[in-house]
Amino acid sequence: MMSYLDVKINKEVVLCVNDLKVNFKLRGQVLNAIRGISLDLYKGESLAIVGESGSGKSVFTKTFMGLLESNGYIDSGSIMYSGKDLAKFKVAKDWRGIRGKEIAMVSQDPMTSLNPLKIIGKQVQEGIELHQNLKGAQAKKLAIKLLEDVGISDPEKRYYQYPHEFSGGMRQRVVIAIAIGCNPKILICDEPTTALDVTMQAQILDLLKNIQKEYNLTIIYITHDLGVVAKVADRVGVMYAGDIVEIGLADEIFYNAKHPYTWALLSSLPQLGIKGEDLYSIKGTPINLFKEIKGDAFAPRNPRALKIDFELTPPYFEVSKTHKAKTWLLDTRAPKVEYPKALKKLFDEWEGYRNEK
Amino acid sequence: MKNEKEILLEVKNLKVEFGSKKKKFTAVNDVSFDIYKGETFGLVGESGSGKTTIGRSIIRINQVSSGEIIYNGEKISGKISKSLDKEITKKIQMIFQDPMASLNERAKVDYIVSEGLYNLNNHKSEDERKTIVDNALLEVGLLPEFASRFPHEFSGGQRQRIGIARTLVMKPEFIIADEPISALDVSIRAQVLNLLSSLQKANDLTYLFIAHDLSVVRFIADRIGVIYKGRIVELAEAEELFNNPIHPYTKALLSAIPQPDPRKEKNKKIEVYDSSCHSYDEDKPKFIEIEEGHFILANEDEINQYKESGNMIAIDASKAV
Repeated sequence: MMSYLDVKINKEVVLCVNDLKVNFKLRGQVLNAIRGISLDLYKGESLAIVGESGSGKSVFTKTFMGLLESNGYIDSGSIMYSGKDLAKFKVAKDWRGIRGKEIAMVSQDPMTSLNPLKIIGKQVQEGIELHQNLKGAQAKKLAIKLLEDVGISDPEKRYYQYPHEFSGGMRQRVVIAIAIGCNPKILICDEPTTALDVTMQAQILDLLKNIQKEYNLTIIYITHDLGVVAKVADRVGVMYAGDIVEIGLADEIFYNAKHPYTWALLSSLPQLGIKGEDLYSIKGTPINLFKEIKGDAFAPRNPRALKIDFELTPPYFEVSKTHKAKTWLLDTRAPKVEYPKALKKLFDEWEGYRNEK
Repeated sequence: MKNEKEILLEVKNLKVEFGSKKKKFTAVNDVSFDIYKGETFGLVGESGSGKTTIGRSIIRINQVSSGEIIYNGEKISGKISKSLDKEITKKIQMIFQDPMASLNERAKVDYIVSEGLYNLNNHKSEDERKTIVDNALLEVGLLPEFASRFPHEFSGGQRQRIGIARTLVMKPEFIIADEPISALDVSIRAQVLNLLSSLQKANDLTYLFIAHDLSVVRFIADRIGVIYKGRIVELAEAEELFNNPIHPYTKALLSAIPQPDPRKEKNKKIEVYDSSCHSYDEDKPKFIEIEEGHFILANEDEINQYKESGNMIAIDASKAV
């Protein structure tokens, strides 16, 4: 059951982000989209990045593939991948060995990510020919095998069909086949199931989990759905206003969250709500990233904010070896603040879990 | 308890078809349900199951092929008199899914909210119209000053509030909410759900809540109908449906809801529904009340099976992907 703990023991870092800052030039102003994130990605794990829209979770992972929009740039920091600093890459030629080959991406909407004028098989084969040095019949054979691996029945026939002959879930399977066809080490799944139905969502997530084992992938999930996170993630990073405010093992984030923003996200879930009572909702709007942020970015929306939250940015406080959070509440001098009532049921399980150990 | 409740809307053997004779597609097939006054009735199903079509035929956008819809004792489907049509337009309102697409980009909020008033001449004077709009905006948690702004100046959550405000000016009794929160961000969903339930209490509203997310429907709905390929396969009170699902499709749907609980979620087995597990060729299924207030779509054979084991059809686990 705790298979992901094994991963933790032989920690091998595949990707190391250090104090990354990303800015966008917008109407003569500078927007600080990513404000100094440091992150280690371990081999074979699945890391989920959660946060509301505009928190910068997509921008953050786009930097790994050099896919920032033209008005965006890396201001400072480094992204180390197999001895190279991806943050220093400038021209498309640099990226050729990385994009697809080492780091591949599954995007949100399978309706728009396939070429409608090309048969499915050719689209899968394209990446194989480019990155695995196979040609003709060999490449085709592999393409058909990949289609079969992602759960498409009758792949020889489906190879010759066009995207419009596939349903949404099937198209997403094709997109996954294209991504793994490049034989990448890291797979970035940007909201892989948001455009799909619940029943299809569960199947695609199961597929990704199986593919991960089979192809030894490291997967980064980007999502706003905490249910999805609970299902697939070994580790969870919670993003707010361009920073990871809390990161830890999935169990630690769900049963023992420490940051008020994580509390707010969890307790606004209808699954945890009590019928007839109001759901917890986060007040206010996300902070303006054009301005310099003083203190904790979440403080203005946090009813439990301390005075210091408005003055000084909190550093990471370690909760355990694998769990840290940027909140002054963890400081030894901080007053004891109770977590929201809605989380009691979830947090009680943590006690049971700890006793088990 | 049931009998005391007043039925507001009755849908009887509703059938909706699209296309011409040669290429006919039945979107909704023989659907019947009642909605009681003051309750929230949830309708869940996958995309393409026909849940939105049901909502649209109640509000008279889609034509009914057969069957009838009865509102407050009066038939509102098919041909009806002009005065009744006007009455229904006032009393039944709809909230749409995507607030980015459902508001007129070129109109000011003031006009968007009062469009219904203009169309039906529901206001006596310009001053009265302004007061109605201001009150509606206040009711949904926006400021009256916002009336002079354009939709693009608002965030997704605020736009959805505008969408709700424009239904409120009509003083409706019954609101069809078609996936009102699925296009919104997580943190804003809770706000809109809270707003909907507080408006229900304040204005004595009845909701038909259409969604694909069962966990949201469980939170907000009193009773839930599960729809699959145009037919309601199971209908029960929300908690009953979650604690005692009978139809295999409901079970599959319930197993697919992601729970925010990693340890439960990682050990969960997902059930996959295969409609070929029914043998409906000779023994046609009927919509039957199997326990009080709990309806399922099943044939004789399956009902006997249920009565013996307390379970309709076991899903073959080997079929799960």
